[in-house]
Amino acid sequence: MLDSALAAQLRAIVGDAHFREDKEARITHSYDGTPMLQAIPDAVIYPKSTEQVSAIMKVLSAYKVPLISRGSGSNLCGGTVPVQGGVVMVMHRMNRLLELDTDNLVARVQPGIITADFINHIESLGLFYPPDPSSMRISTIGGNIAECSGGLRGLKYGTTKDYVIGLEAVLANGEIIRTGGKLMKDVAGYDLTKLLVGSEGTLAIITEATLKLIPPPKSKMTMLAMFRDLYGAARTVSAIIESRIIPATLEFMDNPTIRVVDDFAKLGLPLDMEAILLIEQDGDPETVARDIEMIRRICEREQADSIQVAADREEAERLLTARRSAFTALARLRPTTILEDATVPRSKIADMVRRIKEIAQKYNVTIATFGHAGDGNLHPTATTDARDAEEIHRVEQAFEEIFAAALELGGTITGEHGVGVVKAPFLEWKIGASGVEVMKGIKKAFDPDNILNPGKMFAKETKKRVIIHHG
Amino acid sequence: MRCGFCLPACPTFRESGVEPESPRGRIALMKAVVDGLMEPDGMFRDQMNHCLGCRACEPVCPADVKYGQLIEKARDAIEDHPNHSLPVKGMRKLFFKGIFPHRNRLKVLGGAMKFYQKSGLRRVARETGMMKLFPRHLQQMESILPDAGVHGVVEKLGTVYPAKGTPIARVALFRGCIMDVMFAETNCNSVKLLSEAGFEVVIPPEQVCCGALHAHSGEMELARDLARTNVKVFKEMNVDYIVSNAGGCGALLIEYDHLLHEDAVWKEQATWFASRVLDISKLLLEYGRLPSFAESSVSVREPIVVTYQDSCHLRNVMRSGAAPRQLIRQVGNVIFEEMKEADRCCGSAGIYNVMQPEMAGQILEHKMENVNATGARYLLTSNPGCLLQMKLGLEKHSNTDKMEVQHVVDFLYERLI
Ligand SMILES: Cc1cc2nc3c(=O)[nH]c(=O)nc-3n(C[C@H](O)[C@H](O)[C@H](O)COP(=O)(O)OP(=O)(O)OC[C@H]3O[C@@H](n4cnc5c(N)ncnc54)[C@H](O)[C@@H]3O)c2cc1C
Ligand code: SF4
Ligand code: SF4
Repeated sequence: MLDSALAAQLRAIVGDAHFREDKEARITHSYDGTPMLQAIPDAVIYPKSTEQVSAIMKVLSAYKVPLISRGSGSNLCGGTVPVQGGVVMVMHRMNRLLELDTDNLVARVQPGIITADFINHIESLGLFYPPDPSSMRISTIGGNIAECSGGLRGLKYGTTKDYVIGLEAVLANGEIIRTGGKLMKDVAGYDLTKLLVGSEGTLAIITEATLKLIPPPKSKMTMLAMFRDLYGAARTVSAIIESRIIPATLEFMDNPTIRVVDDFAKLGLPLDMEAILLIEQDGDPETVARDIEMIRRICEREQADSIQVAADREEAERLLTARRSAFTALARLRPTTILEDATVPRSKIADMVRRIKEIAQKYNVTIATFGHAGDGNLHPTATTDARDAEEIHRVEQAFEEIFAAALELGGTITGEHGVGVVKAPFLEWKIGASGVEVMKGIKKAFDPDNILNPGKMFAKETKKRVIIHHG
Repeated sequence: MRCGFCLPACPTFRESGVEPESPRGRIALMKAVVDGLMEPDGMFRDQMNHCLGCRACEPVCPADVKYGQLIEKARDAIEDHPNHSLPVKGMRKLFFKGIFPHRNRLKVLGGAMKFYQKSGLRRVARETGMMKLFPRHLQQMESILPDAGVHGVVEKLGTVYPAKGTPIARVALFRGCIMDVMFAETNCNSVKLLSEAGFEVVIPPEQVCCGALHAHSGEMELARDLARTNVKVFKEMNVDYIVSNAGGCGALLIEYDHLLHEDAVWKEQATWFASRVLDISKLLLEYGRLPSFAESSVSVREPIVVTYQDSCHLRNVMRSGAAPRQLIRQVGNVIFEEMKEADRCCGSAGIYNVMQPEMAGQILEHKMENVNATGARYLLTSNPGCLLQMKLGLEKHSNTDKMEVQHVVDFLYERLI
């Protein structure tokens, strides 16, 4: 429970309707997209403006009460679960497009705008904002920035960090800072913009963002290549990149994923394939046609069983939508679905897929794998049952080993979902003890009392690296 | 699973933008009650009642969460905590126990309404401002109610209606309770259309209300009783299909197997029943000899623009949203104009618009914006509740001379060649 004087001050800032301490509000902000995590906050607040956010932070920092900023709660790392209680701040009301500057090709938005709404609007004006996390129909731009989300177009166009060029943010003490701007070049001091992108709500609350837009590609082609041999598919990914083609999208689904996706989206995919690659190229029509032809040849060389080019945009969109729903469709199999996010250099996709299979077998757990193969970002996904403690333990062991394998192959513990609570114990594996110390120093500089999203990113204890048995 | 994919599909989330008003939020609340984290208090009840039950959250849920079943259970559990406020209680009692299960009473009510409408009492009531004594939303409702009739489809056409030409199959019509009192004509037209398409139609006179309104409001035992009666009387008819022309009823009929799955005696027969239920549009389109349809005086008139408002249950539960559209497109001289967000609930949702006028009103406002944008001459629907709600919408926007609301069946029947 919050101190009543504190509650009264918060209420005064946003008004009665937008500050809630009742059970209904608290329970419905105790979880996010992450399975098996829940913690009930003391209150929920819905600010309408930067000034309100600033006023709220001044009050909260005086009382040293934690603040968890929240977009749509679609993250998968426990990023918005209020593990130490406190106030959840929902950004949905701050959802306006503030400015569209077509001379400079930039947009200024509030953080609560829904990603897909923003993208649709921008595209209707003949412009292009490439970051497209599979959750874009629900996620917010603020959440995307805080997690540095990537998506199906990341391979060619980069991820959120490549499009955020300026921010307005409120610090833990309530002060407002502005970083970057409508500038394509800016080297005045440390790059605080990039630092805040991916900071998972632990450094500041983003209240406004300036986003870079680009002209849309002139044409686009989508193809589907199916493989009976898993490694043939993985080798195709490496071969495409080696031959200096960067497709706009290069997605991978293994057999268990194909089955559930087809069951959900009714696409009539062949269920006996070991892997499917979904490949998209965009750009000038001639380049697109040439690239798609070269990719087709590579697929043939790697013994693709069949290769289809989508007849029209509608068909292509259906395929992309199906791929976007892979994760949730997998959830039909067993009561609990745990999706992970291990990333390796893209030349190592085949090795990584093989390792995941071996590890799953070793621990006798079911792990389906799909992901953004083109940028090495795989999503090994365990279908399991949270009520079976013993099985969950095996799943956890398997994942530890998968992360270790990813690092061993020169990869990382998360490619796009962030650290949050879930990956915190593994952070040190990736960046080392001194890396963690530097990061903690940064955190202290921004938030000396540790009230912004506490308990995230830095774990009390780091997991021991598992020893990997080969053979 | 808490992916949140269902959030954008949910009309109440869209209107309010807050998590508790979303499917994911409501499921979390239900779970919290089950886990003992929360009491099923007034706020919880209100939230469960705020759900339209439109089930738009189901087809978009990749994890296949059966939201409809969850909300029914939750409402059933709420019913066991008898804490309704008095007026709500009275209204519910009147609807669920007093009227819907009893065809005769419905008829009497129909008769009374007819008398009221025809005798000039309505005019007196309106002119003297008597209606002002009722809450505003009920006044508005009153103004759009169609002329009720004492004679239902059986009284008008009998219990068996032969097929034109060689019979393709024998089908039983589910006449519905509201349908048969307020839209008896639509029921008759349904029978005649089916006959034209080659079906022999039987109308078991002992059939009762489908129980949908009860089930959706947590009166599960009443719903099951009604289901058992229906299963019994339709089984005796020995038909190939059971056809419904109201999405709301059809969606429950098609789930009778689920409704009675714990009933050892009735389970099997309920499955027999459920597997035969089809919406009339789908039956006509996929199994019948489709007659031709044309705009009455084709030569002179401009093409007419027609749009269609989905019945949530037809689309999300019976998954038959495509058939009515295909039928409409078959009509000569028709331009079908798809309305933006046609798949979104109109806010009628059973008796939701009576119980939750505020949210329903907001939803309707959005709906009418989209309806008006189509510039249609005809707005078609497949469910009496939606039909009335759409009439209400037109009335509010005083658009009744520019646009007409009709059941798909009536529209088609009038254009039979
Ligand atoms: C089905 C599914 C598919 C997904 N696919 C992808 C994918 O393809 N790529 C990908 O990268 N991710 C994906 N995700 C993960 C998730 O959707 C993204 O991380 C997304 O960016 C989160 O947005 P959100 O608005 O829901 O943020 P939330 O989940 O609400 O918050 C995420 C983090 O951002 C912080 N935050 C939110 N708003 C602010 C703000 N204004 N200022 C500061 N911090 C803030 C929160 O504190 C939290 O730490 C997927 C998730 C699901 C459920
Ligand atoms: S009900 Fe379905 S769509 Fe909604 S959060 Fe749960 S899994 Fe996702
Ligand atoms: S049934 Fe309709 S109103 Fe209820 S939660 Fe689902 S989408 Fe929302």
